[in-house]
Amino acid sequence: MADSYSFMQEQYTKILKTYLEEKNEIGLYQAQQFSKKVLENQISPEEVVSLHIEALEHFFPDLPQGARDSFDFLIEIMMGYGMAYREHQILRDKQKELESEINVAASMQQTFLPDEIPEMDTLDVGVISVPASKMSGDYYHFVKDDNDCIGVAIADIIGKGVPAALCMSMIKYAMDSLPEQRLQPGALLENLNRVVEQNVASNMFITMMYGSYDSRVHHFYYSGAGHEPGFYYNKAEDSFEELYAKGLVLGLNRDTQFREYHKKVEPGDFIVLLSDGVTECRTDDGFIEREEITRLIRQYSDLSAQEIVDNVFYQLEKLQGFRLRDDFSLIILRRKV
Amino acid sequence: MNLDIRTEEKEDYNLLHVSGEVDAYTASQLRESLLPLTEKEGASVIVDLSNVDYIDSTGLGIFIGALKSSNHYNGTLRLVGLNARVKRLFSITGLDEVMDIEEEEEAQ
Repeated sequence: MADSYSFMQEQYTKILKTYLEEKNEIGLYQAQQFSKKVLENQISPEEVVSLHIEALEHFFPDLPQGARDSFDFLIEIMMGYGMAYREHQILRDKQKELESEINVAASMQQTFLPDEIPEMDTLDVGVISVPASKMSGDYYHFVKDDNDCIGVAIADIIGKGVPAALCMSMIKYAMDSLPEQRLQPGALLENLNRVVEQNVASNMFITMMYGSYDSRVHHFYYSGAGHEPGFYYNKAEDSFEELYAKGLVLGLNRDTQFREYHKKVEPGDFIVLLSDGVTECRTDDGFIEREEITRLIRQYSDLSAQEIVDNVFYQLEKLQGFRLRDDFSLIILRRKV
Repeated sequence: MNLDIRTEEKEDYNLLHVSGEVDAYTASQLRESLLPLTEKEGASVIVDLSNVDYIDSTGLGIFIGALKSSNHYNGTLRLVGLNARVKRLFSITGLDEVMDIEEEEEAQ
């Protein structure tokens, strides 16, 4: 530290001398560069004043006593700035520390989500899930059994960030601890609802849509707990309809029942599941219409399911100026021809 | 976005006028005004949402918390003046069936 101070002293004397002699732009530029250097070396404002007075004494040995004393006065005043500056440094270090902790938590949260999407002969599956900030409140889950049935869940945990992420771990473990044999969507939500109801704060809740696709007969069974409706694409009619399962959000009433719905899926038909971050996409002109989403999906419908979701995400992110306001999740399950 | 909340004490109920957007940033402000009103035995609270154009899921959570509290104290909670967008949110989440909700009155 002492070394760096004497080095700075030398530098400062040199550039001040150049400036006093030539009084030009170059001198001012050097001053700017120097101020970056003092910040890097954590030299406080009052120390900079000291540098100045020492340099002045060097150039003008006959500096009047009054001028010299006035600098001591100035140093006293700069002390406050110096303290604020050191506090700022401490906060900055602290922030770095918090940030790295959040990064660890965010990467841990990633392990809650499936690391690969199921490959099946009967279904083409595409998934994208992008958090608005580091931690996500959107959750999805796939489970495949020996009979070529696939279960898919999409959930939105109220709020964003850390509280949502903590709550997500509960959902993940609750789902993992459900019985091995395949549960019907309604029964699964009823089980999950009891876990959530017992374990969340009064103003927390979770919305979820759970579906089960039976590849042997190509039926899709699904139930919903207050989740944003998805879409069903009917290939023969080239039309979209709303895929909605009415049901109360998870975590409110212990004894909620969930109705089960079902669809017969024909070749080329597909199921679209989404989070409200997709439909509540907000541009300068207000919220987008749900038709905008089906229009985009149709535009890319010749591509694979994964390419569709990737393209729709890109287009909607672009509409919002590449700043997501809410977590964004989109899943497509398409029956192969 | 800002949220304005005004409480009006009526003879046998409290009327809360809310205007603005209820989202992750303003939700705590709503909770501080709304929750205490529901925490009295048999309290009756009406929330006027006719000047609210947007509620997000955090905002919805506040109403759920207030409903639970109101049920706990044997009170009543009623939401009035919901616009179409807000009404849709309550309906999708199934809350319209467990809460007392009244849509915006059409101009007569």
